[in-house]
Amino acid sequence: MKPAPFDYVAPTTVEESVAALADGSGDAKVLAGGQSLVPILALRLSRFDRLVDLGRVASLRGVSRRNGTLTVGAMTRQADVEHDPAVAEAAPLLARAVPFIGHFQIRNRGTVGGSIAHADPAAELPAVALALDADLEVAGPDGTRTVAARDFFVSMFMTALDDAEVLTAVHLPVWGPGSGFALREAARRHGDFALAGVACGVRVTDGRVDKAAIGLFGMGSTPLRGHAAEDAMVGVAPADLDLDELGRLVVADTGPPDDVHASASYRKATAARLAAAALRTAIEEATRG
Amino acid sequence: MADIPVSLTVNGVAHEAVVEPRKILADLLREDCRLTGTHIGCEHGVCGACTVLVDGRAVRSCLVFAVQVDGSEVTTVEGLAADGELTPVQQAFQQEHGLQCGFCTPGFVMSVTAFLRDRPDPSDEEIRDALSGNLCRCTGYQGIVRAVRRAASA
Repeated sequence: MKPAPFDYVAPTTVEESVAALADGSGDAKVLAGGQSLVPILALRLSRFDRLVDLGRVASLRGVSRRNGTLTVGAMTRQADVEHDPAVAEAAPLLARAVPFIGHFQIRNRGTVGGSIAHADPAAELPAVALALDADLEVAGPDGTRTVAARDFFVSMFMTALDDAEVLTAVHLPVWGPGSGFALREAARRHGDFALAGVACGVRVTDGRVDKAAIGLFGMGSTPLRGHAAEDAMVGVAPADLDLDELGRLVVADTGPPDDVHASASYRKATAARLAAAALRTAIEEATRG
Repeated sequence: MADIPVSLTVNGVAHEAVVEPRKILADLLREDCRLTGTHIGCEHGVCGACTVLVDGRAVRSCLVFAVQVDGSEVTTVEGLAADGELTPVQQAFQQEHGLQCGFCTPGFVMSVTAFLRDRPDPSDEEIRDALSGNLCRCTGYQGIVRAVRRAASA
């Protein structure tokens, strides 16, 4: 099918983009990489009076690192992050999550900010942002603000972004030496949305876990954190961790979707196993010395 | 819903058109540029039949609006064979029976062309992963996988 008609503007600055969204002449929507929005429009699941294409805003593209923070411009293509050695070094979890997104043709267009702002609860990047305590930089009519990832994901496809706001950058803390990261997911076919998935990071200092981060996707109406399991890990020597028990703890408080793709109990059991496996991989990397 | 002028280079030839913003790149190529080698299957980004190269990158031309690629260089399947001589990828598809009805073939050929350019010596697993974004409903994938392998060693 073809999308319903819309007006199109392609600003070259963030300020113009915000102005185009705020101008009030009907329903406006940001177009980032379009790999989720265009199918939604083509299937007429949604329609807008105007699309504001961020593709010409050069300041939204690129990756930079400063003072222990990796900053990814919202319009940086997923494929660029996937193949950027600086990302692999500073934020390995992000680099390792990207190959799970769709197919390489999708990642050539899809953007980091687009995926996070779309907030599909089964998508990888929102869970990575949540697990890593990303700060999300937002521009709006009243200036810029920073939203912590934990405050960003409100509900299914719903975020803290107002209608006239644009996600401009994703700030990820660099964990440094002694850390390990892993992402595991279960999907019917590679590239499909995950039935359940886990993204995690573990840091080991002086023989004990001093930092743990666990993000879940496909397990609720937003990405989720496994706080109980994280807390149970901190201060413990890796060899003393019961990973199966931690996996169960990760899913204990979740109420995953129960649908034609998978039952809630299957998702829960699967996510527990995935969490145990992901934590094992992350710990191995963190303790490799 | 104002129409918008678009100029782009397709297979080395400059094209200009005035299009509705909702017109997808695949329709621009087929209707305005009269290049019907790019096929449209699902029209929502699943089947890969419409894959073309935009500034060298393989993308689904049903998930890109024509207005987004104003100023870009696009390569379609018509742009591959120079002077009627098939590229190694096209030859390999022919030799390994990597096509039957041919509907999905332009998308496969464009995806594989970009893939082998970036990864000239892929493993079998990488080949299958690279092919996972294109659907074929009649040939089966064995011949296609063999074609990629043959093109890689050509």
